[in-house]
Amino acid sequence: MMSRLSACFERMAAEKRAAFVTFVTAGDPTHEASMEIVRGLPGAGADIIELGMPFTDPSADGPAIDKAAQRAIAGGANMQRTLEIVRAFRADNNETPMVLMGYFNPIYAYGIDLFCADAAEAGVDGLIIVDLPPEEDEELRLPANAAGIDVIRLATPTSDDKRLPTILDGASGFVYYVAVAGVTGGKSATADDIDMAVKRIKSHTDLPVAVGFGIRSPEQAEAMARVADGAVVGSAIVSMIAGGLDEKAQPKPHMVKDVLDFTAKLADGVRAGTKG
Amino acid sequence: MSLNSYRTGPDEKGHFGKFGGRYVSETLMPLVHEVEKAYREAMQDPEYLRELDELNRVYIGRPNPLYYAERLTEHLGGAKIYLKREDLNHTGAHKINHAIGQVLLAKRMGKTRVIAETGAGQHGVATATVAARFGLECTVFMGAVDIERQKPNVFRMKLLGAEVKPVTSGSATLKDAMNDALRDWVTNVHDTFYIIGTVAGPHPYPMLVRDFQSIIGRETREQIMDIEGRLPDSLVACVGGGSNAMGLFHPFLDEADVAMYAVEASGHGLNTDKHAASIAGGKPGVLHGNRTYLLQNEDGQITEAHSISAGLDYPGIGPEHVWLHEAGRVNYVSATDDEALEAFQLLCRCEGIIPALESSHALAQVMRMAPSLPKDHIIVMNLSGRGDKDIFTVADALGAEI
Repeated sequence: MMSRLSACFERMAAEKRAAFVTFVTAGDPTHEASMEIVRGLPGAGADIIELGMPFTDPSADGPAIDKAAQRAIAGGANMQRTLEIVRAFRADNNETPMVLMGYFNPIYAYGIDLFCADAAEAGVDGLIIVDLPPEEDEELRLPANAAGIDVIRLATPTSDDKRLPTILDGASGFVYYVAVAGVTGGKSATADDIDMAVKRIKSHTDLPVAVGFGIRSPEQAEAMARVADGAVVGSAIVSMIAGGLDEKAQPKPHMVKDVLDFTAKLADGVRAGTKG
Repeated sequence: MSLNSYRTGPDEKGHFGKFGGRYVSETLMPLVHEVEKAYREAMQDPEYLRELDELNRVYIGRPNPLYYAERLTEHLGGAKIYLKREDLNHTGAHKINHAIGQVLLAKRMGKTRVIAETGAGQHGVATATVAARFGLECTVFMGAVDIERQKPNVFRMKLLGAEVKPVTSGSATLKDAMNDALRDWVTNVHDTFYIIGTVAGPHPYPMLVRDFQSIIGRETREQIMDIEGRLPDSLVACVGGGSNAMGLFHPFLDEADVAMYAVEASGHGLNTDKHAASIAGGKPGVLHGNRTYLLQNEDGQITEAHSISAGLDYPGIGPEHVWLHEAGRVNYVSATDDEALEAFQLLCRCEGIIPALESSHALAQVMRMAPSLPKDHIIVMNLSGRGDKDIFTVADALGAEI
């Protein structure tokens, strides 16, 4: 059976467009509101959902996603509840790929084999673990792959032609190109730089290449969609969630709608960036 | 690693048994490999080693004395106690040993800017010092809580030309400062060298910081042979990340007759949630580039450490320590805030030396073990830093007004 990720990128290729990949943190700002947002994302145009596994020390993330993780943890988020969100989402959506993104320690603490089994059962399609480079990822990658879960590797502006083969050996699902050296929610790269980087990565692999970091407007999403197989937006959406909270960090009545409306505008941007 | 030596680690991937490694984001991986390559080349380069040796002598003031603490020995009434006087180094602690080594590496790699995290401020001061000495731009990340309790060191760093960036995320202490340093490094990967302040972080840092700090143990070995004509029976040092302990212990690891005690900070007590003892109260996990023991909850979320000593207030420990703990080579014990405070005051009055609160934890262990040991038992304790920086904290704890 073809994986949801492969099926998604095939459909994108047929439609001659890039996939719109959205990131939100599981349990941010509350378990219930997070569930409502995730359920609404496909309707707002998300083709792939990245769901952040909250961690106290997200040292590769900027303030927006850091704060989202702290909000989620303060609200009682943990790995079981993250998987609950996936399971509930899968109950009425068997098509949209769901990728868990985060740091290794919560998985390690959960138990690697148990995590892979539970994640597969819940309907997780891929993992992006930012502090697990190829040199260290075998202990998770092999059991994850055996459970039918792709381990998505990251390529960055520091990935030269010498480094890329190490990154691509063992990669599956897609390649996530981190467009700028930095943390999430920071600077943006130019479309030209990204175009060159994506072409270089593609000369080493047949996997689709999605681009993230620094994409926060429909215009930027459109530009990325022209040159890559996927455009990832995270901090901008997460910031919309933060903007929709009251002083007690509880969601205001229209928060979920505002987040999904903004997501839909980004989705329009991606769809406007149709290729050739 | 070879079975008949404790000194051959890490392996080529930076692992000490299953600990250590390189758990950093992909953006940093090529740089981490580059640092390792540059380090290995430097250690083969006579010119680099000559410069390091000269700076150790004329800038840091090495070798520092191995001091027989006569009145402390008499007071405790048992083992003969020597203090390795790292507090007499330029900048007042052992941190300068690895800061010098790393800044020379930064220069060699053509980097123009250095960054560091700091807890007590000693590593930050050491980094600001060497950056000033070599004309490099310097940014030090320090938890807002630590800035409050270590004001003298904050001003020292500023005088030395460093920018001190307050870190307010998380518990606003050392671990959060390390997160922000990593965030800065990944953003400025092309011109910046990260001077890590302990034997932790991604490989090769635990190895290279240990190697630069091993000068403590090498000097101690030579000095004790000169004075006593034999090796010591016990070595004692405090551990947060564990750089001063590793520096003292490493040259002695294969001496089966030398016992070693590493003292973690147990804060308000190991039975409370306010301590910083990763080995006594933590479990294996991955943080800040390495696999090691961490204070964490059942969901793998890192919990806040507590110690009266900012330099030990970290929820992890260097991976080589964990390996030595599991191998049973080093004894990991602990001392509370109160025990450290008592030790702090004892050394002031007995020897006319104000020790750092960090080092006072080691002294608390010496106070515990020395009385029941025979008079010919030789203990060497690493007096890793001076305590001038801590007088406000101590005054506060004792209810005194300055």
